[in-house]
Amino acid sequence: MRVAIEQSRLGLYGLILFACLFGLGARGASAQENNSPAPGNQKWNYDEIKKTPEKAVRRPNPLENEPDALLAGGKLFQRNCAECHGLKGEGGKRAPSLLREEVRQATPGTLFWVLTNGVVWHGMPDWSRLPEPQRWQIVTFLKSFKASVAPGGPGGG
Amino acid sequence: MAGRRPFASELSLQAGNVQTGISPCISAPVRKDLIRGCAVGCFRIVLFVCVGFVCSSLFCPSSFAQESHYIVTYDHYLEEPGSLEVEYFSTFGTQRAGNDFHAFWVELEYGVKAWWTTELYFDGQTTFGDSTLFTGYRWENRFRPLRHEHFINPVVYIEYEQISEADKIIKEVEGHDVESDHAESNTILRQTHNHELEFKLLLSKNFKGWNMAVNPLATKNLSPSNPWEFGYAIGASRPLALKASPNRCNLCPENFIVGVEMYGGLGDTQDFGLHETSHYLAPVAAWNLPSGWTLRFSPGFGLNDNSHRLLLRWGVSHEFSGFGEMLGHFFGGRQ
Repeated sequence: MRVAIEQSRLGLYGLILFACLFGLGARGASAQENNSPAPGNQKWNYDEIKKTPEKAVRRPNPLENEPDALLAGGKLFQRNCAECHGLKGEGGKRAPSLLREEVRQATPGTLFWVLTNGVVWHGMPDWSRLPEPQRWQIVTFLKSFKASVAPGGPGGG
Repeated sequence: MAGRRPFASELSLQAGNVQTGISPCISAPVRKDLIRGCAVGCFRIVLFVCVGFVCSSLFCPSSFAQESHYIVTYDHYLEEPGSLEVEYFSTFGTQRAGNDFHAFWVELEYGVKAWWTTELYFDGQTTFGDSTLFTGYRWENRFRPLRHEHFINPVVYIEYEQISEADKIIKEVEGHDVESDHAESNTILRQTHNHELEFKLLLSKNFKGWNMAVNPLATKNLSPSNPWEFGYAIGASRPLALKASPNRCNLCPENFIVGVEMYGGLGDTQDFGLHETSHYLAPVAAWNLPSGWTLRFSPGFGLNDNSHRLLLRWGVSHEFSGFGEMLGHFFGGRQ
């Protein structure tokens, strides 16, 4: 019986910890939502783009002319980015729109740098976990927004 | 683990107990309680996983999991903020001076921030011919101190463990952990509970599609008489293809990641070094499915006589995105 009581006590500790942890997580999520502008509100900070080092800005996209890069980039965008940025890059509660001028005017090298480093202090994880060619495929897809996607219009992905 | 443990030669007197499974000096009513305790522990783990899966499946969309492919080693990537990953892992281990075992654990990994991931573990094990029991829990936190990617990327890892000596998941090897630590029967091992703090520095780098990670670790049993113990884990891995294929597919080479990891103990403050330590070499393979599931498999081979000959591990995980938002609404966050 002593063992059963001990296990129950352990379980209780675990549940208390779990509740604290998720309570904290929920508060964090709520706070993040409360600070987040609604899509289209255009209050997101795009400063990270301006912080890109000059060398990275000039870096060309090696897959720019590869025929499969756009489709593969679309697939990767759907898997990894659409959850926060929206299926068409229109933005959401958790992440800014990628259809804004700041993003559309950014060089491929800039987008690659932001993707690689993330904006960790403001909620965007770094995506260097994806191999470099896959990040360039995503950049190819992001640059396609410029030509084929207008805000509110149809998009790939 | 608690300080220096008895070695195989010191355990020879207890071999009889190991072979018979449960100590003969235990009376029938106590044995009944033990069995009930084991059943309660296992039931709790299974219930916990089922409830977690059902709730998350109902309220959260699945997301593609680009997960770490190692089982023991950590790279520097953290869980995406607001996402919950539910993981189940098994370890089958051979035991020379006793019964083989199957240890298992459930992980609930939550991305609090992009720079902070927290994780809760529930451990259990079955020793064949002996018993099944819940062996404790761990609470792990990983913090990323740097804002950008660097030549080497550090992450600080802090874990609190409340586990019994019967814990056999071997999620890390530290100090003088050796195979004979697990030779005694569960009845004896479960009587000792350890409260430990574990610190790791996770160093990781990507280079031409390869990930390389090195994790030195230091552990302190919170009982004052126990020394600091040290260990390490290193790993290297690479996806089968660096470019993604244009089609959605389960069997695309970019969904498979293969690698190898090595881990072991480095003694403690009283006896630092490789003397009486165990070490393992383990190939790893992971399969990331577009549906959000990740499967992992790793046969680990002991590199000296102090190590288990084989640690066969496998695991399955599923990532639920938007879990934080769902909880936010549940706890009264604004819509």
